[in-house]
Amino acid sequence: MNEMSNKWIGKNTIRPDGADKVTGRAGYAADNTMPGMVWGKVLRSPHAHARIRSIDTSKAEALPGVKAVVTRDDIVEFPLDKSVMLGIQDMRWMCRNVMAREKALFHGHAVAAVAAISEEVAAHACSLIEVDYEVLPHVIEIEDAIKPDAPILHEWNQFEGKPSNIAGTMVLKTGDVEAGFAEADIVVERTFKTRPVHQGYIEPHACTVSYAADGRVTIWSSSQGQFMVRAMTSLLTGIPQSDIRAIPAEIGGGFGGKTIIYLEPVAVMLSKKSGRPVKMVMTREEVQRATGPAPGSLSTVKIGAKKDGTIVAAKGTFYLQAGGLPGSPLRGPVGCSFAQYAIPNILSVGFDVVSNRSKVAAYRAPGAPLGAFATECVLDEIAQALGLDPLEMRLKNTVKAGDKAIYGPTFGAITFKETVESIKHHPHYSAPLDKNPRPGVKRGRGVASGFWYNAGGESSVQVNITEDGNVLVTTGHPDVGGSRASISNVVAELLGVDHARVNVMIGDTQTIGFSNLTGGSRVTFASALVATSATEKVIGDLRQRAAKIWNIDAEAVKWQDGMALPAGDNAGKFPPLSLKELAAKANEMGGPIGTQVQLNTTGADPGFATHCVDVEVDVDLGIVRVLRYTAAQDVGRALHPAYVEGQIQGGVVQGIGWALSEEYLYDAKGRVDNAAFLDYRMPVCSDVPMIEPVMLEIPNPKHPQGVRGVGEAPIVPPLAAIANAVHDALGVRFYELPMSPPKVSARLDAAG
Amino acid sequence: MSKLHIATSINGEPVEFLADPSASMLDALRGPLGLTGTKEGCGTGDCGACSITVDGRLVCACLMLAVESEGHEIGTIEGMAQGDHLHPLQQKFLEMAALQCGICTPGMLMASRALLEKNPDPTEEEVRFGLAGNLCRCTGYDKIVRAVLETAAEMRGAA
Repeated sequence: MNEMSNKWIGKNTIRPDGADKVTGRAGYAADNTMPGMVWGKVLRSPHAHARIRSIDTSKAEALPGVKAVVTRDDIVEFPLDKSVMLGIQDMRWMCRNVMAREKALFHGHAVAAVAAISEEVAAHACSLIEVDYEVLPHVIEIEDAIKPDAPILHEWNQFEGKPSNIAGTMVLKTGDVEAGFAEADIVVERTFKTRPVHQGYIEPHACTVSYAADGRVTIWSSSQGQFMVRAMTSLLTGIPQSDIRAIPAEIGGGFGGKTIIYLEPVAVMLSKKSGRPVKMVMTREEVQRATGPAPGSLSTVKIGAKKDGTIVAAKGTFYLQAGGLPGSPLRGPVGCSFAQYAIPNILSVGFDVVSNRSKVAAYRAPGAPLGAFATECVLDEIAQALGLDPLEMRLKNTVKAGDKAIYGPTFGAITFKETVESIKHHPHYSAPLDKNPRPGVKRGRGVASGFWYNAGGESSVQVNITEDGNVLVTTGHPDVGGSRASISNVVAELLGVDHARVNVMIGDTQTIGFSNLTGGSRVTFASALVATSATEKVIGDLRQRAAKIWNIDAEAVKWQDGMALPAGDNAGKFPPLSLKELAAKANEMGGPIGTQVQLNTTGADPGFATHCVDVEVDVDLGIVRVLRYTAAQDVGRALHPAYVEGQIQGGVVQGIGWALSEEYLYDAKGRVDNAAFLDYRMPVCSDVPMIEPVMLEIPNPKHPQGVRGVGEAPIVPPLAAIANAVHDALGVRFYELPMSPPKVSARLDAAG
Repeated sequence: MSKLHIATSINGEPVEFLADPSASMLDALRGPLGLTGTKEGCGTGDCGACSITVDGRLVCACLMLAVESEGHEIGTIEGMAQGDHLHPLQQKFLEMAALQCGICTPGMLMASRALLEKNPDPTEEEVRFGLAGNLCRCTGYDKIVRAVLETAAEMRGAA
């Protein structure tokens, strides 16, 4: 990195896509239209669990205005006996999630789709499709799904030699956990339950698809990865990837929920059959019923410690609710729950449990928050029993550089201990708290920590110098939360040009090299890394061109403040050549200036966070309000501090929703009962206070700018931090989320 | 059902269009009128992404029939900036990173403007309750509230 100038890195520059977004001009997926376009609508299962005997589409096809109907027969089938993986997704489940095959597995599962001249005609046609269902007994909750006599979703799935709803397991262990517990002075074991929660992006899934007469396909859609859209659509339709162009629209939030697809293959087949471009947009109800969410969980965590607070053993058992098809993020709780502590003996086990709910999708640090909820609440209980300050207990056990993580690697330069210390020394932690401010109201304070892996992975970038000497960067990653701003800061810094002269665009699958998903807290890490490499190549080229003009060696030319300069007196005396001057001569001096770099990036060290929260509980109404929130995190280096803060603040508020209000409600028939934002209660502005981020900037030594991923760690601690604060307020510990008013009231009533 | 002819004013300009009697104002704006800056997040009036003004009053376009716009003054996000001159709220949202994915931003800006027109000197709590009908899933609301408070202060100073 160019330490000399540092004009842009770490500065809150205005994002390149900002003006379009505040004026309503930015093009999101549902904003697109195409000439001759028709509308696609999905028919969804009214049953939670039903065998599909037959589907008769003849009446729908005969309706005037209907252009095409597709069913399971139009989507490529992946046989059950052989796994076909794309990243972490198994196409056996994806093909059955996009369109129900043998069975409808949840209320809202797609069963057929229609393209028609209007949304109304398409919806009417859906109602004319006759599906012969054999309704089967359903099961929603984990406890019920793992009972020996539970309705079995997939008869072919075996666990311990019997048909089962347990579809997968994961085990990590180190040391001898039983011997460890035998050494402990105190052992606490508790069982926790969390509910599925939806990612809650404000933009519903949408796409416009054109299947041309030559078989080439254009997809304009909202996702966290245009290359994922291309690959999955190719697999589910049988169309070669080279014939599919996936153009990323602006994305209106994803949080992991847009790392898989729902509509695109269906729209492609509707377009192929109708010969018309097809637009599909989900309603909010469809989003809530048939996409995401994060899994619910049933977790038992047992921790043993010495009297001084040293943890000697930990055991975690995590049952995660996959939804109707396998695929829970087991590595979240299994790998993350104990990762921030140096514990000699650990046994961590996860079970993937299917039940008649929509299939889970990634949600910010997938699986980690619910594991941390269990671990960090048990630690709180142990600290109290031992009479230790909860942060002191954590400090005694924090992992440090050189410690081996339970999930494999050895930690490099990490800043977990510092997150705990910064909360300990923060004025929030020592601020007086009036625990009984008025009659019927109690206050409490809680802390918790969390861990997330972070990731590197495939990333491509182009850096091109325009003929007028400005800079155009094209990346392969959809910008969910401001990554374009960070990348333009890096490129402007390295090139030594004004930030406003660097524009960052998102390329489509035919204009930029392969780039993996925006997810896993990886995009700023990976794209800054490839952007650095590409910019350095461009600078090398610029130096060579200046050398050629001056007729000296390229080594005798340095690049500084956006200009080529002779490197020292021996190089000769020449007036500097600016980027603009070199760009103007580019085509007569070797051709266009620009390069593409594509790498499988590595070195993304993990992220750690420690949070502190004050809550107030209305004892009569059961309402828990968050009064103050401070979130410390190891961010490596913030390229654009305001957007790093925003990631932390947004993650915390999502965690507050998870802890206090969000859950799916089901009726007796297994149908989602609260598929609207009115009843699925995400935090609104008046539910939360300002969230104070404490960014610890100790650069990641494996990254040219020191970047560490930041987007996921902030959602890991809030569940436990809030539960610990509620316990501090009431003296009652909640083992089940959300701590919503009816549940808090019921619990307080029961406690007398 | 035959369509009805509607004459209204959008962002200060006369507009005529044909509307299905059952179509929402949101459908009309995003469809025949081509004003896609107004976003649909829920269609049930719960997220505020489709916030517009009708005769200066903040309304969820998804909860209003298109035919109800006859003879009224409709304001949308497309009318907020004057040429290339951004409204102070738009400028402040950019400067203070009060948007991440940006999908709630048009509705958030419309609601913020309506709030400041009614109450040019709001407290933090008044801003929070004033924007409680607008969901944002990215920012945690912190930077939005700060941007609105800061804009209010600047606009009072400028006035």
